Order: sequence, then C-alpha cells, then structure tokens
Amino acid sequence: MTEPLLSVRNLRLDIPTGSGTLHAVRGIDFDLNRGETLCIVGESGSGKSLTSLALMGLLGKSIKRNADRMTFDGIELTTASQGQMRRLRGARMAMIFQEPMTSLNPAYTIGDQLAEALLLHRKVSRQQARDRAIELLEKVGITAAESRLSQYPHQLSGGLRQRVMIAMALMCEPELIIADEPTTALDVTIQAQILRLLHDLGREMNMAVILITHDLGVVARVADKVAVMYAGELVETGPVRDIFNAPSHPYTRGLLRCIPLPGKTDRGAKLGTIPGIVPSLVGEVEGCVFRTRCPHAVAECRGDIPKREDGNHAFRCIFPDGKRHSEKELTV
Amino acid sequence: MLQFILKRLGLAILVAFTVSFISFSLLFLSGDPAAALAGETASGEDVEALRRLYGFDRPMLVQYGDWLFSALQGDFGESYYFRLPVASLIADRLSVTMILGVCGITFALLTAVPLGVVAAIRPNSIIDRIALFISVAGQAMPSFWFGLILIVVFAIQLGWLPPSGTATWRHFILPTIVLGYYAMPAIMRLTRAGMLDVLSSDYIRTARAKGANETRVMFRHALRNAIIPVVSLAAVQMGFMLGGSIVVESIFALHGAGYLAWESIARNDLPTVQALILIFSMFYIVFTFLADVLNAWLDPRMRTS
Repeated sequence: MTEPLLSVRNLRLDIPTGSGTLHAVRGIDFDLNRGETLCIVGESGSGKSLTSLALMGLLGKSIKRNADRMTFDGIELTTASQGQMRRLRGARMAMIFQEPMTSLNPAYTIGDQLAEALLLHRKVSRQQARDRAIELLEKVGITAAESRLSQYPHQLSGGLRQRVMIAMALMCEPELIIADEPTTALDVTIQAQILRLLHDLGREMNMAVILITHDLGVVARVADKVAVMYAGELVETGPVRDIFNAPSHPYTRGLLRCIPLPGKTDRGAKLGTIPGIVPSLVGEVEGCVFRTRCPHAVAECRGDIPKREDGNHAFRCIFPDGKRHSEKELTV
Repeated sequence: MLQFILKRLGLAILVAFTVSFISFSLLFLSGDPAAALAGETASGEDVEALRRLYGFDRPMLVQYGDWLFSALQGDFGESYYFRLPVASLIADRLSVTMILGVCGITFALLTAVPLGVVAAIRPNSIIDRIALFISVAGQAMPSFWFGLILIVVFAIQLGWLPPSGTATWRHFILPTIVLGYYAMPAIMRLTRAGMLDVLSSDYIRTARAKGANETRVMFRHALRNAIIPVVSLAAVQMGFMLGGSIVVESIFALHGAGYLAWESIARNDLPTVQALILIFSMFYIVFTFLADVLNAWLDPRMRTS
C-alpha cells in the first residue's frame, strides 16, 4: 500500500488556562489518501476546528501542539520550520473557513486576493494569475467571472464569497484541502451546492479533502471515511459504509439517531437526543470521555479503554461491540 | 470614486461657507466692535465716527458679503493694530506655523505608527510596555513644561540646539519634538488598538493560510485596514497643528500664526482675528476632506456611503 498523503498519530493540543490545562484534543490518529474525502463530525467544541488549524500550523501561540507523528507527503509537520510551513500553506494544503463574510480582506478586490494566492507560490505573471482566477471562478460556478475580479468582498453575497474562498484555496491545485464547516453560515439552498462542488472538485483534481461538519446528511453523501470526534477524541473512525451501517460507539449511534436518514428512520418516529453536556476537559481526563452521557456506562468505563479495530473501522469502547447489538434489540 | 470625491468636495465647500458665516457673526456677538476699538475714554461721537469709518453701521449681512467677497480675492482688510494688510501679515506668520505643523505631525506619525504596530504585534511585551509608558507620559506632560525641559537640557546644558527663534532648520527641531509628542500618544494608541483588532480577524487568518509571510500579513493585509481610523485622527490633529500652538510658539519664540491669533484677540484686532479663524477652519476642512478621500481609497466600503 502506498504511503498515505496525511498521517496523524497521537495528536494532542493543550491550552493553558487560568484554572489548569485544557486538553482540547487528546491523542487522535487518522490517515488520509489522495483523492479521499474524510469527514470529521462532532458537536461544537469537540476540537474539530482546532485539529484542522493544527494541521495547517495556524494555531494561536498559546496552544501547545504535540504529536508522535503528523506527516504530509512524508514531511513531518511538527518539526517543519515557519518557512517550510509557509511554502506548504496555500500551495500544497489549503483551507476554507467557516465564515465567508469575514474571511476576505475588505480592502482588496476579489481579483487581487485570488491572484495573491498564486503569486505567493508560483513564478507567474499578473496576467497569468488573473487568467487562472477567472478559470477557477468559472469552475466554482460564478457567472460573469471576469467582471467579478474588480469587485470587493462587500459587494458579494455570502454564497458567492464562499465560492471565492473555494476558488482561492484551489489556485495552486493543492493536494489537501481542509474545509471547516464551509456552509454553516450559508442558506440551506446554497449549502448543498457548495458541498457538492467541493466533493466534485476533490474527485476531479484528485485532492484529499477533510470536511469538518456536524451535518450527517452531508457526510452520508460525500464522505469516503468518517471520523467521529467527541470531547477531543476520535471515538470512532472508519469507512462511511461501516459508520452508517454498523455504528459501534454509543456516541456515534446517538448522533445518528438525531437525524432522519432516508430508508432508516421510520416515518413519524421521534428523533433522538443525547442527554447531558460535554464534560470539562480541564485537568486530566481518565477513562471514556463519553461515559457521563452513555446509556451503557459501567464502572469499568473509568479505566483504560481498549481501541477495537476491524480492518479500517476502529472505535474505543469497553464493550467489544460497543453494545451495538443489545441497543438494536432495545430500539426495535 | 470620482463621484465620491465630488460629493465630498461639495460638502466641504458648503461647510466652509457656513463656518465663515458663523465665525464672522460670533465676533459681532462679542460686543460692539466700534466701542471696543475707540477705547474707554472715547466720546459718543468718536464711537459713531469709527462705526461709520469701518462700516459697522451697515446691516450685518451686507458686511459679511462684503468681507467674504474681498476675502475670496485674498483681501482680508487692514489690521487695526499693525496697520498692515492682514493677508501679508498672516502669510508671514503662517509659513513658520506651517513648517512647524508639518514637521510636528510627520514626527508624530513616524514615531507613533511604527511603535503602535510593534506594540500590537507583541502585546504585553516589554516593547508594548515601553510604548505605553511613552504615550502616557506624552499625554500627561504639559507642553510648556516638556518644552522647557528640552531647552534646559539640549540648548543650555548640552548646547546642541538653539533655544529659540526661527533662523535655521535647527531652530525647529525642539519645537517639532514638543508639538509632535503632543499628538503622538493618541495616534499610537489608536494604531495599536486598530492593529490588535485587525490581527484577530478572519481575513488575517486567511492571508496566513494562503502562505503569506508575516511581513506581508502585517503591512499589506493588516495595517491598511488598521490605519483607517488613524487617518481621520491625524487629519484633525494636523488641522489643529496648522492652527498654531500658542504654547509651543511662545516657549520657543516662534512668531507664528498661533501667536498672532493670541495677540490679535488680546488687542481686539477684528480683521486679523476673522481672517485667522477663517484660515484655521479652512485647514480643518481641507484636511478632513483629504482624510475622507484617503480613507475611501483605503477602504472601498466607504466609497459607496
């Protein structure tokens, strides 16, 4: 098997606070190959965005990053210099943010900002950068692309701005694109379009895509792999088919019960909720982080939790099947 | 952009006329100019004669129109005290004030903006603390006291620079520092606050995600947005400085427009006071207009409003 494009082992992110260290991300592992789409799902505050910023090397100075391994095409990101990271960012790995309204610089035209992404990394003329910008604006479905170049961000709608952000991320044809809830701030009608676009472009350009979302409906449509994140840990990872057909971690099942799935949820059935709140991550966290909200929690959940692997499908639970089978009986 | 400029220009002219009318009438509201001119011992007839001589007996609007018409041609009448045409009197003094004002604001901007930027890049660092100390000291120290200290140290003790006068460029160094230091703290703090605000914004993160280096992030992406409020503040301060600082001009014996204004007010020299107020107001209007244009160039969102 070929080396994965992105390989992360035991990534930890710690934020010092007044009342102790906040262990925001605690030992996550995943691999991603070229052309694959990985969806990271989880509640707000589970560490999804921090993980993506850590990959890009864009964390705030106060956050401490540790990992046994974090490689991008063989380059160890934890030890890469500022200059090395800068040459990767925008060129080989690009990011699309959650807030299209504020992520573009209000002082420069769309054309300037698009061209900049290319000019920073490639020896091309302004005209070539401009042509590339037009090409990509058309690709992301913006009409009258040429006339948009001289417009300023405040003259565009949120959906258009996010399309511009996507075009900007694609300027250098990156191998990895990280999209952090790219549609949260947009209208529902635009959301599907943008996600479809990202997915199609990923396929077309053979890019690896990390899509951070809490919309499981989206995950079902676009993901190859899914990583379920809860309170700073990846509680379950696996191919999308396995996650939806055989959700093993109780939290994954809880999430899936919260959304209606075509063919799986009975008409008129009540949607589920997960009772309780995410525990505080300040100080040492022991045992299973989900135990305070888990319907199957037992005393042993406070101890070491084994990682259970079956091919590419992995989850962490004290029960060999994550109590999947007993729960099925309960709900049916 | 052109439409914006024309609009602002029209507005500026309107403001200029309004200001000229208010300043003209304010002086009349401060008392009977003929009586003041004649002095306490003058008889009723003398006052009447003066009133007719200077035309104070005409309706105020007529006097205003007359004054404005001449003023537009550069004729501000004759100074009651100096017995010289006001225009040439002011032109003489204004050059000193303008040199001082331009040097002062340049000094203030050249020290305040870099210091504010560095302080914002490393908030709560040693440099930030030093910058804060400098700005607090500048804010708290009265200009006359700071000016005297500089004279004592650099002119008297060390003998490096002349203490007063306007003979050479070296005479302007100490007054420039005093006047510039007065304007510096506000500019520095505003630059720092603006930079801190902009640096935490999403588009700065976008710039970094593109692979822009820190220098480019700071200057191309951050400073351009952070400097916008500073431009407006600097314009007002520039207007203020060109109005002449009576304190600084007095300490360093620079006989500039500020000093002239003080003299004319004390001597009830009506034509001179009126002309000075008009000119000082025009400075404010011109600089505010220039700041608006500069800001519109910096921030495209302002062009439409």
